Amino acid sequence: MISAFFIFNQKGEVLISRLYRTDLKRSIADVFRIQVVSNSDVRSPIVTLGSTSFFHVRINNLYVVAVTKCNANAALVFEYCYRFIAIAKSYFGKVDEEAVKNNFVLIYELIDEINDFGYPQNSEIDTLKTYITTESIMSTASAVEESSKITTQATGATSWRRADVKYKKNEAFVDVVETVNLSMSAKGTVLRADVDGHILMRAYLSGTPECKFGLNDKLVIDKNDHGLGDAVELDDCRFHQCVRLDEFDSQRTISFIPPDGEFELMRYRSTSNVKLPLRVIPTVNEIGTTQVSYVVTVRTNFNNKLSATNVVVRIPTPLNTTTVDCKVANGKAKYVPAENVVVWKIPRIQGGAEVTFTGTAQLTSTTHRQVWARPPIDVDFQVLMFTASGLIVRFLKVFEKSNYHSIKWVRYLTKASGTYQIRF
Amino acid sequence: MSYRTICCELTLASSHTARPIPDSHLACSPIILRTRFTVLMSNFRAPPRKGENFELAADLNSEYKEKRKDAIKRVIANMTVQKDVSGLFPDVLKNMQTDDLEQKKLVYLYLMNYAKTQPELVILAVNTFVKDTDDPNPLVRALAIRTMGCLRAEKIIDYLCDPLQKCLRDENPYVRKTAALCVAKLYDLKPELVQENGFLETLRDMIADSNPMVVANTVAALSDIHNAAVASGSNEDIFVITGGVLQKLLIALNECSEWGRVAILGALSRYETADERESEHICERVVPQLQHANASVVLAAVKAIMIHIRHVQTENLIKQLVRKMAPPLVTLLSNPPEVQWVALRNINLLLQKRPDILSSEMRVFFCKYNDPLYVKVEKLDIMVRLAGENNVDALLSELKEYASEVDVDFVRRSIKAIGQTAIKIDEAAERCVNVLLELIGTRVSYVVQEAVVVMKDIFRKYPSTYEGVIPTLCANLDELDEPEAKASLIWIIGEYANKIDNADELLGIFVDTFTEESYPVQLQTLTAVVKLFLRKPDTSQGLVQRVLNTATKDCDSPDVRDRAYIYWRLLSTDPGAAKNVVLAHRPPISLPRTTIAPALLEELIGEVSSLASVYHKPEETFVGRGRIGADSLSKRAGE
Repeated sequence: MISAFFIFNQKGEVLISRLYRTDLKRSIADVFRIQVVSNSDVRSPIVTLGSTSFFHVRINNLYVVAVTKCNANAALVFEYCYRFIAIAKSYFGKVDEEAVKNNFVLIYELIDEINDFGYPQNSEIDTLKTYITTESIMSTASAVEESSKITTQATGATSWRRADVKYKKNEAFVDVVETVNLSMSAKGTVLRADVDGHILMRAYLSGTPECKFGLNDKLVIDKNDHGLGDAVELDDCRFHQCVRLDEFDSQRTISFIPPDGEFELMRYRSTSNVKLPLRVIPTVNEIGTTQVSYVVTVRTNFNNKLSATNVVVRIPTPLNTTTVDCKVANGKAKYVPAENVVVWKIPRIQGGAEVTFTGTAQLTSTTHRQVWARPPIDVDFQVLMFTASGLIVRFLKVFEKSNYHSIKWVRYLTKASGTYQIRF
Repeated sequence: MSYRTICCELTLASSHTARPIPDSHLACSPIILRTRFTVLMSNFRAPPRKGENFELAADLNSEYKEKRKDAIKRVIANMTVQKDVSGLFPDVLKNMQTDDLEQKKLVYLYLMNYAKTQPELVILAVNTFVKDTDDPNPLVRALAIRTMGCLRAEKIIDYLCDPLQKCLRDENPYVRKTAALCVAKLYDLKPELVQENGFLETLRDMIADSNPMVVANTVAALSDIHNAAVASGSNEDIFVITGGVLQKLLIALNECSEWGRVAILGALSRYETADERESEHICERVVPQLQHANASVVLAAVKAIMIHIRHVQTENLIKQLVRKMAPPLVTLLSNPPEVQWVALRNINLLLQKRPDILSSEMRVFFCKYNDPLYVKVEKLDIMVRLAGENNVDALLSELKEYASEVDVDFVRRSIKAIGQTAIKIDEAAERCVNVLLELIGTRVSYVVQEAVVVMKDIFRKYPSTYEGVIPTLCANLDELDEPEAKASLIWIIGEYANKIDNADELLGIFVDTFTEESYPVQLQTLTAVVKLFLRKPDTSQGLVQRVLNTATKDCDSPDVRDRAYIYWRLLSTDPGAAKNVVLAHRPPISLPRTTIAPALLEELIGEVSSLASVYHKPEETFVGRGRIGADSLSKRAGE
């Protein structure tokens, strides 16, 4: 299992070092610095030297590294690194060199709690926050009772929830967030279009609420026979650990006792009948060797009561571009030489509307003319109250002993960031 | 920005009033400001002052609580950057007895680091540790037992046994789960003590614990000890999984934390089933875990199923299991790239075992432009594995697209993939050749060279089918500078010498520069010229004389000389025999369905998600004795 855990900065300096097992020395950090940080040729996230394997994940200006000396479970090690990053993000807001340096005491406390002898332990953020805090905990008489509660929670069947949660107003917020993956060929045919959906929940519910959740997916429809009109076919779904998987497997119901506060209830994938919210029509011509002309049209493909916001279109230009003159009626377009793209930002596009970018890139002549690889155009956007898969939340029922009334809210968001690509 | 209410059993209608929600709802967790430390901490990392340790020692003995605590923090900061603060051991130790849990943890952290170098002084800490394991606060008890196991000092270990005995039976599950792992720590340091105190028996009993987390950690500890025992050459099975244990594991599986599930699924994989029904039962109980959000749980479930499916005979059930495994495997691709990569390597293995598992899913493996190279390369391999008549057009247009990307390595692999597709699917060969021709038309040097290499394989597989391509290939002769590409083109010319009018002229170019070429090119030239001679003896007598002369007299490579001598003798003694040897019929090539030997594949399928499965290599090749450790590697680098 995991023998050691390190955090390095960009230069390879050790910021955090914790040995979990006896089979390594602290100096192993130097090996990583020499072999990985200062080696620009590393092309794999796992590097094995002798019988020591370094698993590394890069985040901002940091390397988060786990070291093993056995035939370790690779998926587990990476999941663990990412879990650490998620926890750190939740505690410090961001994960970078400064945050690590400023919080290193807390980080040591955390990595000792979420890992013992190389085996990951309870890593539920909500529970951790009850006993690893920025305030010093005093071990007084009153703390004993509190600690007993915490430890029971941390190890119990519902390790993600305290029993004594109380709210005046019982509310639950459901966010359905869909990320659209698109790759469209130059001819305008869809090569790949699918949706990665996340259902995030913020539960502010008292006691130990028993929740049942329903969507308009095929699985539910088959069961209840609501009619097949708007059923959405899901290829696969994955659940937070609070969802009873055996019940889902046998009866297709999503039932759970939610953690308190925010969590990701479910992730799903849909590949059929994906409604593409934005249609991009590029016309790009290379005029001789000195110019490239662009006409890029973006058309929104949804109800005109909705609108796409924060639209960012990245239009690649050849490497030897000197200037690009951009003409847009909506938003702002600017050539960014460092990235070889024109960035066109449009704050808002109404449904059913169309916006156009026209421009010409001037190229310098080069002695060695390489064919331009033409990377795809990339579009980022957000559309509220719209789901590309057509998924709708049908119900969320909350049962609790005290039988209180609860208010539930739902919101939909479809977005893309770096995943919506159109070739030209 | 609005939420709408959900009403039970009702479809969402627009009549529900929208209610504004402040933006701040989107920003999720509260950001905790640690202003109190921020100022302090930045000082901790300041460059060393003169006599810093002296100053620290003074502060550690200060009469003010806050000052002492801050000093400890500074010590830990120095320790992290590998400054020697071991001299402060007694001063730090004085701060161990405290009600402040944070301070206690910091002192413990220090102890874990330096206990090994200061064994005599550690004894001073023993009392506090033992007292802490009796503390009314379960967090303190667990912390003490957790830390004691990590001290790595001979002297303290003897004092560990009694508290450990007690903690294993603690009423609080948090303490029990910590103690369970502590047994594994103890075994790592002094196996005899574990045997003497009967800790193994206690652990075996703890599998029946009422708390799933305790069960999970017990399983982890037993597996760890078992592996350590096996590695040290013991034949005894320390963690015997009986039918009774199995039942308990299956119950705990549904209730414990995600990491616990991985441990339990690992143990389930080791269980040897008594009959087919039991195997079926395990598979059915494991299947729900495929829906877990944690990728390592999903892969651990896949592993357990792949192992127990071996004993399942019912066709229907096998089909059903395989069908249920496919979507979760695909979903693994929406993870971060590192996890994706592990998943892809494993999918590659699974496809070699069960090629039908993802037959209709090729599109999800299309490369995104911004995927890291290691992910792209794996996707390419899997795409070719999944290629069939029905999806080959989509695949080819993708591969063509990749061939115009920037990364040379990836471009080459994409072109190779086109060739592999041509060899795999007879019906698509012509389309593949057309794509290759288009690529050769780009005249980008490395694209052309790779395409030529690939064309050679296609000629091998489909002899005399694509002769029309030859002129195009020969037209690019000057572009080639890599030995493999040159050798490939020469092979093609030799093979089709009777169809190419100016074959003698083309080969003549290579004969002229014979001594400057690399050995593979020399060997190919030699054979090609002999082939030419056997097919058109009238026009190429001079050329064959010249090449044999040069090869036997001016060449350094014994291989080349030997081959030249053999040809020479063959040609001079029996030209008929020469024809039979040189122009013999070659067996057609095909794309192997598996790249791993069946026995190894079987072994690796049982190791899904592990490093071995990622490397496609057995464990012994990269861990264990006989391997050069990284420690010695760094020593060598230092010398």
